Amino acid sequence: MIYVVIAFLWAAIWLYLLLGGADFGAGILELFTSDKNKSKTRKTVYRVIGPVWEANHMWLIIAIVILFVGFPKIYTLMSVHMHIPLVIMLVGIIARGTAFTFRHYDAVVDDMQVVYNKIFQYSSFITPFFLGIIAASTVSGAIDTEAKDFLSAYVYSWLNWFSIAVGLFTVSICGFLAAIFIIGETDTEEDKRRFIQKAKFMNIAAVITGGLVFIIAYLEGIPLAQWIFGNPIGTIAISAATLSLIILWKTIDKKNAVQLRILAGFQVSMILLSLTYEHFPNIILLKNGEYLSLMEYQGEEKTIAALAWALLLGSLFILPALYYLIYSFQKKGKVH
Amino acid sequence: MDDFLAARSQMALSLGFHIIFACIGMVMPFFMAVSHYYYLKTKKPVYKNITKAWSKGVAIFFATGAVSGTALSFELGLLWPEFMKHAGPIFGMPFSLEGTAFFIEAIALGFFLYGWDKFNPWFHWFTGVVVGVSGIISGILVVAANAWMNNPTGFDYINGQYINIDPIKAMFNDAWLSQALHMSIAAFCATGFAVAGVHAYMLLKGKNKEFHRKSFRIAAAFGCIAAILQPLSGDFSAKDVAKRQPAKLAAMEAHFYTEKRAPLIIGGIPNEEKQTVDYALKIPGLLSFITHGDINAEVTGLDQIPKDEHPPVAITHYAFQIMVGLGMIMLLISILYFYSLWKKHNLMDKKWLLKLFAIATPMGYIAVEAGWTVTEVGRQPWIIYGIMRTADAVTPMPGIVYSFYLFTAIYLSLSFIVGFMLYRQIKMVDTLYDISEDLSNKQS
Repeated sequence: MIYVVIAFLWAAIWLYLLLGGADFGAGILELFTSDKNKSKTRKTVYRVIGPVWEANHMWLIIAIVILFVGFPKIYTLMSVHMHIPLVIMLVGIIARGTAFTFRHYDAVVDDMQVVYNKIFQYSSFITPFFLGIIAASTVSGAIDTEAKDFLSAYVYSWLNWFSIAVGLFTVSICGFLAAIFIIGETDTEEDKRRFIQKAKFMNIAAVITGGLVFIIAYLEGIPLAQWIFGNPIGTIAISAATLSLIILWKTIDKKNAVQLRILAGFQVSMILLSLTYEHFPNIILLKNGEYLSLMEYQGEEKTIAALAWALLLGSLFILPALYYLIYSFQKKGKVH
Repeated sequence: MDDFLAARSQMALSLGFHIIFACIGMVMPFFMAVSHYYYLKTKKPVYKNITKAWSKGVAIFFATGAVSGTALSFELGLLWPEFMKHAGPIFGMPFSLEGTAFFIEAIALGFFLYGWDKFNPWFHWFTGVVVGVSGIISGILVVAANAWMNNPTGFDYINGQYINIDPIKAMFNDAWLSQALHMSIAAFCATGFAVAGVHAYMLLKGKNKEFHRKSFRIAAAFGCIAAILQPLSGDFSAKDVAKRQPAKLAAMEAHFYTEKRAPLIIGGIPNEEKQTVDYALKIPGLLSFITHGDINAEVTGLDQIPKDEHPPVAITHYAFQIMVGLGMIMLLISILYFYSLWKKHNLMDKKWLLKLFAIATPMGYIAVEAGWTVTEVGRQPWIIYGIMRTADAVTPMPGIVYSFYLFTAIYLSLSFIVGFMLYRQIKMVDTLYDISEDLSNKQS
């Protein structure tokens, strides 16, 4: 049963990266849109993510619940040493969700809209940036459980150049996913071209920040290249991602929405796979060189079994309903 | 303010904030389902307008509740890591099921809010009902986790180790039923009175009568039925607490000494040092009767409980008095309302009754907050009753006080914005929905 739970944990993170990522990305794109086109972008963004944004963020809750029920020691360790970035991320989540809803449902349209928009755009950037920082910190070996002073225990555990680079990379990935997703949702040729432009821009940003991640990892002595290319799965995954990137660039102007989405989703999935494969089942790498393993730190057998059944049962309800939600609003969105 | 107090305050603030939004998200969909049903049956546009106006409010409250709930799932670990390390695997079962229920709620809400004129009308109506039902299930499951903290079962605690964990048994703990019942009815009562109160106020101002009259009737029916049922569930809860958590009951009642024929203490100022309650109204034997069904039964007082395990008496007592007092007022208003309905008085002409409802607008939510205070403060000093002390669960990270300030600022500004938006929604009802029947018939 432990493998069922781990599979769900991975799937929740993966879906959050894809769906939640595209969702954050929509706000990031809005941030990087020229003032002239901002309201156009805003309208498209609203139509596309309005019905699904709340569901997209449920994957984060599923992941966190799996962690605290199934792997409480790992959840606790992260909560203690990642306290500060987690709080910033939470503030981002709160600000973003409320601003997005408020700007649409405020009965009076006035200057408050400017405030809502600004909050929505900046929190769309900050939240995935800190999610990236938190993810990077689990493997950067900066968490020092024996640290006595405040800075080394609670700040340097996450604040370093490597995690900042991963944060920026995460932001670019989110923007890229959103742009690719929205291409298929636009009505006019002009809009399509605008979002293709954005997708290219975000993709270049992702390649640059991705390169930055490797350079900084090398400088800081984090054997990232070895983790990824030290095993066949990681090598294949990254090669496949690169190959699909080339196909994507070759075909992006043909505007085949489904194909573009599959390619972009495939790339991001391969990146996540290559990053997590080498470490499995270890999830956190500590400063003293020890690993926290999902296998070793799992909860009691009965808990894991109950959790696995709850997840299996839940997915019976969630997956068809979620699929129908996304499917019907895509179809209906085009008709109206 | 020390870090421990800051952590407790932040948790109290976050839960106190979330509980209001959660209640609205649980209950409002049912109000909408009723008016939506009337619309589909009668085709009267006023019912569609009511449903749409309410759904805008729900969207605002739901989004705020969803994000503050997300924050809570992290705050549990951020503030109480030692608690989560041990409790997570034991009481996590309801949370993992709640994940599903809440997910379904979010999906159904997407269909409902964005599905007007896009789906079969009855499918659309059904998605609204699903929002309500899954909301209630979520609420009941979260209360199960809280009930476990009051009645920790499903494990053996031996030499500081938590062994033989049985998460299913932990979920079906003895406190769950009474707490879930009390909380669910409270949500209906509070939301019913709040919504009815707002519409009563608008009726008093004489605006848009048709719209507000119909809205008022739906909300008042839910709120008043709940207010009449609540004392029964309260009685059930009190007996339950007396049995399992005598310290909490004693603090609620400011009952310092164990005695037979114990009096019910109403009001008063508890003096924890002198162990007296000044200026209180005491009804002999009533506490014994309420808790044990016998006026001569012995009720455990705080003297039977070690001093270092006493909950704060004054806060628990005041909160309990506030909750019961407001509950009684709402019960009386409900009886008056149903009596007038039964006598077929034209209610909307009775200004005094509408005024009563308008005054009662916040009462239900104040009672919810007070009841929440009773159950949480009354459990202190324990985070897991009888097993782990709250002080032993707090995070080792210093400077929590700044985090508390940050969350206070966020929740204060959010409350302010939500209040402001609600005010604008209500103000705009006239312009958005004040259209004569014929005109709106043509439009729709």
